[in-house]
Order: sequence, then structure tokens, then C-alpha cells
Amino acid sequence: MKAAQFEYARPETVTEACEILVRDDNARIISGGQTLIPMLAMRLARPSTLVDVYRIKSLKGVTEQGEAVVIGAATRQVEVERSTLACQKLPLLARALPWVGHQPTRNRGTVGGSIANADPSAEIPLVAVTLGAEIEIANVDGETSMPADEFFIGAMVTSVMPGDCLTAVRFPVWSEERVGSAFHEVSARKSDFAFVSAAAQVAVDEEGICRKIALGVGGLGDRPVSLDVSSAVGAKLDDALIDDLVREACRYLETYGDLHASAEYRSRVAVALSSRSLHDAVADAGRPRPANTEQAR
Amino acid sequence: MKLSLEVNGSARDIDVEPRKTLLDALRDDLLLVGTHAGCEHGVCGACTVLLDGEPVRSCLMFAVQADGYAITTIEGVATAPGELSVLQDAFCETHGLQCGFCTPGMILTSHALLERNDSPSREDIVEAISGNICRCTGYGQIVEAVELAAERLRKANMPRKRHANEPNRGAGATHDSPRSGFLEASESDTPHGGGS
Repeated sequence: MKAAQFEYARPETVTEACEILVRDDNARIISGGQTLIPMLAMRLARPSTLVDVYRIKSLKGVTEQGEAVVIGAATRQVEVERSTLACQKLPLLARALPWVGHQPTRNRGTVGGSIANADPSAEIPLVAVTLGAEIEIANVDGETSMPADEFFIGAMVTSVMPGDCLTAVRFPVWSEERVGSAFHEVSARKSDFAFVSAAAQVAVDEEGICRKIALGVGGLGDRPVSLDVSSAVGAKLDDALIDDLVREACRYLETYGDLHASAEYRSRVAVALSSRSLHDAVADAGRPRPANTEQAR
Repeated sequence: MKLSLEVNGSARDIDVEPRKTLLDALRDDLLLVGTHAGCEHGVCGACTVLLDGEPVRSCLMFAVQADGYAITTIEGVATAPGELSVLQDAFCETHGLQCGFCTPGMILTSHALLERNDSPSREDIVEAISGNICRCTGYGQIVEAVELAAERLRKANMPRKRHANEPNRGAGATHDSPRSGFLEASESDTPHGGGS
């Protein structure tokens, strides 16, 4: 249970990091290392160089930019948990974060690390896909970005190419007045890998008519998926409609089973958790919330 | 690779291979073997240390990543050699340990909790130690230990309530007498500043 030998580099800028990645094919980025280090210890990964981006200043922080909250890739999960801005503007992410690992791993684990690792049962990728976040990537040629939906290709497989460095995740902010969100998960033990998780966010008007809706599920297949429930826009989200929506949306989901939970079980739980999340999100949207958004600064 | 750490308040310079975990550096290079090597892949929590006051798993970190950070291990939580911290004492009193393997991690995790929150609920405590596995106690007495330590620390920080018949109180108080709620040395005869 000891890692094989590697070189260690701690560049000060993203450009410097990308240059190292280009020079050495077998170099890998390390951020918080909460997943990579066990993989190194078990020798499932054997990079020649570890490029530590954890201290690069431009990769840190939670900022509001227009209609989005941008989280630097090397921002620790605990910092987002404690960020008033993130909690007010990205309520769904705030609800999901306590499910990510344990406090001691969130103290080191980063938002970008969780996205780049692309575990099919991970919570942050699920929230990114559900809300339609943009993933920002840098390499020696410049910067690009792509929607989370396209970023995740399969289990632990992403669109990141050799030489790429994930720099930030841009989460869209819903500016509607009545926004509610909910996150539910079933796992064997607290904070263990999710068998199934579901995330929902809705915006309703004064009459309770749905104006915007997003629903996503994770843990079922090889990556988190956003479900199409847009038919609910313009309707009142009552119990009957939610049940219909979810049943229809979950009908053709690709679901894998394993030793811990069969595919049939996961499918059933996906329907139950999706309904529960939508119910709770609607109830949350109806709740009065403090109007003072200045606190966020 | 050469690096500088601040371990339990003292500056320590070590020279390690990049692949050495912080756990192994603490145990092998600094001979601080109170930090226990359990699963070594981030599941059991036995190797928990405080990094700038926050609990982290020392097996999920290479020593080189800790360069420049302040680290607290179980050896650094007591106030003096031969003494126990309030929390350590509470673990002894409530029998919050049996084999003791998980205890350093439990103590440091709970220590960090009590630094943030002096009156944690049972749920807060369970949540805080949920990343630490204990195979002996069934956790009940560990939770009790943290509750007991929290209560004692709270009392130690609480201003002593004055009695109604004390002369220097209310309208009778002069500018020489302390404002109500302040603890005078002469009054601090009871342990932890008196009861609530």
C-alpha cells in the first residue's frame, strides 16, 4: 500500500502546469488527492510526475460572474460549503456537498478534482450535469469550455485530453424569486459511494406554477444524467404530475447492477428518490427566504 | 525532497521521497507514532491529524503536499507532558476506548469539532466522527466522551453567575467593581468557574 516512485512538481501558474503536462505524457495532475492517492497506493495509477495544482492561486475561490457562480477547480469542497455566496446562489450544490465523502476528506478534496475524477456516483458531477454547468479547461494552446453533459463520457472517463488542466466550473444561477432544491441519496453507509442519488431544482411563480425545472440522477449508469422533465413548465407541480413526470423520465435509463445493488433495485430507487427530490424542491420553493442578498458578499 | 513542517508547534525540517505519505513521514521520520496507520487508503480515519486546525487523513496526503503547513498530532493535544487534554480525560472517564487504535483519530476529529462548536448536538458529534471507524466500543461511549468534554469546556469558558445578595451588584456597583458577568480571581475557587 505504498505508491510507486514519481517526480513531484508544484508549478505556480496554470501555464506552467500545462507545460509540464505537455513535456511528459505520463504526468498527472493532483489536486486534493483524496481519490488519486489511494489509487497510487494501490498502484492502480503509476504516473511518472505528479503536477500539484492545489496551491495555484488562480484556481481558488468562489466568485459571481454575471448569471453564474464560478468555482475555481482547486477550491476545497469545505470552502464552498462555508461560502455564503455559493449557499445562497447555488442551493442545490449546498445541499449536495454534505454527502460528499466525510468532513476530513472535504477539507482536502476539491471541486475540480471531483469533476475531473468523474466517479459515476459522485455528487458534484451530478449537480453540475443537473444544473447544466460549464467546465472550463486550459492547455498550452489556450482555454476552452464545454457543458458538463458533454464533459462526462463514462465511468472515470472525461473529455479532458492529455495536457489539459481543468480550471473552473461555471454553475448557472437561477435568478427567479422562488427557487427550491433538494438532494437525496441511498448508500450502504453514511457518505459511502451512492447506489443512487437524485438532485432537483425548481422555480415557481406566486401561484405555484412551474417556471423552470431540473432533475438529475447519479449512480445508475456510467455517468450522472440530467432527465428531461421540461414538460412540467407551465403546470402546477402536484403529486400526480410529479409521479407521471418521473415515471416517464426514468423509463429508459441505462442502469448497471453490481454486488451491492442490482439494476432493478437501482431503477426503483431512482424513481423514488427523483419523486422525493421534486416534492421537496417544490416545498422548498414555497418557503419564505431572507430577501437580503447583500449577506452573500 | 526537503520540506519544512510545523509539527505540534515546533518547526521540523525533513527530507523525504515525494511518494512518502504524511502519515509515514510523521511515524518514520519524526517518530510520532501516535498517529496510527490503519487502512492506508482513506477509509478508517485512524491516521487523522489536524492540518492548520482542520482534520485531514494523513494517509491521503503526501508529506510534500504538507510543506509549510501546521500539523497537530495526538502528541500535541495535551497541555503539558504527562497531562491529558479535557477531551482525552473524558475518553478515559466514559470508557470511550477499548483497544485504542482508533482513539488518536477520534480525539483529533472531535477536538476540531469542539473548537468550532462548543455545544454540539448528538447528531453533530455522530456526523463529525462518521468518518472514523471503531471496532470495539460501538461508538456510544465515544459520543458520551465528546458530550462530557463539550460540557466541561463550556463550563470552563462561562462567566460565573453572581449571587443576588452580593454587595457590588446592580445600582450599588461602582466603577471599581467589575461589570456583571466578569470572573474575579477570588471567585474562581470552584473548578471550571462554577456551575451553570
